[in-house]
Amino acid sequence: MSNVDYKVLVGLEIHVQLYTRTKMFCGCELAFGAEPNSRVCPVCLGMPGSLPVMNKQAVEFSILAGLALNCQIPSFTKWDRKGYYYPDLPKNYQISQYDLPLALNGYIEIPAKDGSFKKIRIKRAHLEEDAGKNLHTAGNFSQVDLNRAGTPLLEIVTEPDMNTAAEVRTLAEELQRIVRYLGVSEADMQKGHMRFEPNVNLIINRAGQEFKTPIVEVKNLNSFKALENSINYEIGRQLDRFLETGETMEMGNKSTRGWDDAKEVTVLQREKEEAHDYRYFPDPDLVPVRVNEQWLNEIKSRLCELPFSRRMRYTKEYSLNDYDAGVLTNDRQVADFFEATVQAGGEPKRVCNLLTQVGLKLANARGCAITELGPKPADIAQLAKMAQTGEISATAANTILEEMVKTGKAPRELAEQLNLIQKSDAGELEGIVDEVLKSNPQAAADFKEGGKKSGKAKGFLLGQVMQKTKGRANPKVASEILDKKLA
Amino acid sequence: MDKKIDKSQVKKVAKLARLDLSEAEIEEFAGQLNAIIDYVERMNTLNTEGVEPMAHCLPVSNVFRQDIIKESLGTEKTLANAPEQDGAFFKVPKILEEP
Repeated sequence: MSNVDYKVLVGLEIHVQLYTRTKMFCGCELAFGAEPNSRVCPVCLGMPGSLPVMNKQAVEFSILAGLALNCQIPSFTKWDRKGYYYPDLPKNYQISQYDLPLALNGYIEIPAKDGSFKKIRIKRAHLEEDAGKNLHTAGNFSQVDLNRAGTPLLEIVTEPDMNTAAEVRTLAEELQRIVRYLGVSEADMQKGHMRFEPNVNLIINRAGQEFKTPIVEVKNLNSFKALENSINYEIGRQLDRFLETGETMEMGNKSTRGWDDAKEVTVLQREKEEAHDYRYFPDPDLVPVRVNEQWLNEIKSRLCELPFSRRMRYTKEYSLNDYDAGVLTNDRQVADFFEATVQAGGEPKRVCNLLTQVGLKLANARGCAITELGPKPADIAQLAKMAQTGEISATAANTILEEMVKTGKAPRELAEQLNLIQKSDAGELEGIVDEVLKSNPQAAADFKEGGKKSGKAKGFLLGQVMQKTKGRANPKVASEILDKKLA
Repeated sequence: MDKKIDKSQVKKVAKLARLDLSEAEIEEFAGQLNAIIDYVERMNTLNTEGVEPMAHCLPVSNVFRQDIIKESLGTEKTLANAPEQDGAFFKVPKILEEP
């Protein structure tokens, strides 16, 4: 085989379902799992004489997301009709935005392998309405449920700036965090709140000549894992196909493939994308949106610190490692809770350990938020302080937090009740150390002598002290006393 | 004057609109569409230099509603005009791949 080198290019189209109460253009409730066709009105049905009216919340959510994605927000945007011919949108068109989207030219930053950051450019983000659902499982006909028809969707389109499947996944997860932080979407992939459609192709360099493989759009991805796996699969498939057939990109040979989650392969859905003639034209039923400075500033004021910068800040300000910072900032509520606890006097790393090792586990097991576990930031800060001063051990702190959640009692009360207060009283510990030294003269001698045996002997003596105090001696204090006695 | 719309264009537009037209209709509509285009063509005689493209014919913008739930029709009324239904669903001919 000749010398073949290749580069992967992936761009993403992402549909994000906005977390509004009602649909984009009518007051029908957004209700996942409701009785079919129970959230439908004349607007959803495209009845003659009905008129769509914009949901202000959806427009503001979109602008907010656009700002968070570092986009320009044009002062003028409008609505267009896009030709559509399936029964899940009875109007026969989808209301969307064609040439004047709500947001343009932004970027998302993701961490790169070498510790630096990579900007993935956002081409545009526009608002549109979702279609209903067609079901094909009933027999020789299809069923249509229009409950979802008209749901506000923010479509975000990136430039093909991602070069590995892992990068795509990182970006997708970052975007999920961003829209959740902003509160503009629940972003649950299983429920279809976020739908990712990657466009994948390769630039192949063979013997100094460059070839581009035809672009493939992958659909039907219901998890981040599927997103990542499907791209890796496509890379291999496209490389094999190029080596076999030499087919390269040309007009009209873009195809659509669906991901088969069970077989872990992509399956051809549509061969030649017809030069799609959606016949967009301005929707006469909807007036344009003008965004003036005052309104834009008002929306800007709702921006929060985003997960990316928060993560960075945690490593700097609290000296946490990347992993801990990532876990804490993954969810805005958890991050807020963490900060409140630190503010109440908890040492950051200790609070982090308590929350990640105990708090998040318990919250997960109970299927609740960390704020709903019971203990308040002040309680946990107190617990962290007790561990910090050596009043209790780190292990005891974890046990106490579990008990706090179970019983709702205060940390000190539990520490006393469970006998977990460490003996730090030097006078009392000295007596115990003396006893231990008396009954273990050989170890005491080894320790005093120094050298190889010394460390082992000290460990043994400390162990004896722990045993005598049933594990409640403050190891730091006990060790200091030992050192002093045998110096 | 050259015909702007020929029969093949009428067929293409009909296909995109999922309309099944007879030869006679195609002929007829080609004529009608040309008449419309010729009429609208008169706009081209106007000087539009420096005029912003118009997105909407009314000088109105930002007509919003608040995000407040309104009662929907309910399944029964929603399906009342459906030619066919299957339980709580609209029943339509089997949807296959793109036609």
